[in-house]
Amino acid sequence: MSRAFRPRSLQEAVALLGDPELGAVPVAGCTDLMVLDHAMRRSHRAVVDLLGLAELRGIRWAEGGGSAGGPVVEIGAASTFSAIRADPLVRMHLPILAEAAATIGAWQIQNRATIGGNLANASPAADSAPVLLALDAELVLVGPAGERVVPYRSFHLGYRKTLLAPGELIARIRVPVPVPGTRQRFHKVGTRQAQAISKVVLAMCCRREPDGLLRGVRFGVGSVAPVPRRLRGAEQACEGRPAGAATAERAAAAAAAEVHPIDDVRSTAAYRREVLARLVRRMVLELAADAG
Amino acid sequence: MQEAIAVSDTVRFTVNGEPRCWQGEPMARLLDVLRYELGLTGTKEGCGEGECGACTVLLDGEPVCACLVPMLQCEGRAVQTIEGLGGADRLEPVQRAFVEAGGVQCGACTPGLVLTAWALLQREPRPDRARMREALAGNLCRCTGYERILRALEHTIAARQGGGAPAAGTGEATP
Repeated sequence: MSRAFRPRSLQEAVALLGDPELGAVPVAGCTDLMVLDHAMRRSHRAVVDLLGLAELRGIRWAEGGGSAGGPVVEIGAASTFSAIRADPLVRMHLPILAEAAATIGAWQIQNRATIGGNLANASPAADSAPVLLALDAELVLVGPAGERVVPYRSFHLGYRKTLLAPGELIARIRVPVPVPGTRQRFHKVGTRQAQAISKVVLAMCCRREPDGLLRGVRFGVGSVAPVPRRLRGAEQACEGRPAGAATAERAAAAAAAEVHPIDDVRSTAAYRREVLARLVRRMVLELAADAG
Repeated sequence: MQEAIAVSDTVRFTVNGEPRCWQGEPMARLLDVLRYELGLTGTKEGCGEGECGACTVLLDGEPVCACLVPMLQCEGRAVQTIEGLGGADRLEPVQRAFVEAGGVQCGACTPGLVLTAWALLQREPRPDRARMREALAGNLCRCTGYERILRALEHTIAARQGGGAPAAGTGEATP
């Protein structure tokens, strides 16, 4: 029988998870954990329930809350995707996060699955990951050694490997509020529009300056490498260049060359590479089309 | 300190309004407790991995997959299953509309679909088809092709607005 703990504070949760004698695993929405537990007939010595912790809930605006000094939208790690997709701050300032949240599982899953769990589970196909890369989010981690803030882009070390230390948790996600005029795009390709695990999932953020040139271009992509990752080559192909067919072609070629997709049960490497190139091309062309 | 916050192996919750006091493995699936311990077999197991929605129940009014909810997290919460919605002698309007519109064939998906549909219509009185499709996307049906299920929801909405006029039927023409 598992020992179960329902901590009353984040501090208690961290103390429990940091106790090697206990060997406890953290649980939140359980939408990944319970699938594996059942399929593998696996059980846990101890579990620590994070869902009830008020410190991990809520979505709020924080002035000067990020490392860069600007305002951030701060999202508690145990926020469900239902809460995220309905949140007015997210919808207004981070529309691609609301869009991604609405594509993660279906209603039943969105009511339970949390954004912190989506990141900590570290699937290369996690749909919130590319969005948080494109928005250059930071993670507030809390563990036995205290609190630290890390850029999300450095979080994934390898397939299903993160920089979370033993006993460490994701407490909050800080997303810098994009400056007005920032374009945000999200596109997911799966076998159906709902409830699908992505074959390719792409998010983009950038500004189109008054001179027509693209600046601050960031692409985040999932399902085409062992980890969710930025597309640095495609970003460089766009940075400081006009939105248009030539830039779109260069960015698409760069994206196809810099990813390492695999053949698996959901798709093939060749399909993923081709679709990614087309999505990058289309997003850049759309920037040219909606010149404001 | 740890003992002070350790959860006892007792979970107090309600099922269809009835208080329950349950003891057992904290990571047991709500689905198994409902079916095998409480005998509420209206909740079906399909895939067991949160994909098909056959095990949908309402947790504090929200649709969830009972196969992915550990008993630990049911403490103090209200679970509603299809048995709590209505039986053959007192069908909810949405249940009657499923029957009349031909939205039920083999029946495996029906309890979950009815609960999701009911929860949607509780929140949004007049969802359009796109919204219905989105809300029901986590409930797979391999018999009906969904068309008659969507019609059942439309009939429920129409009946509500038309003072209960039964608009349900199996005719192929979409109103």
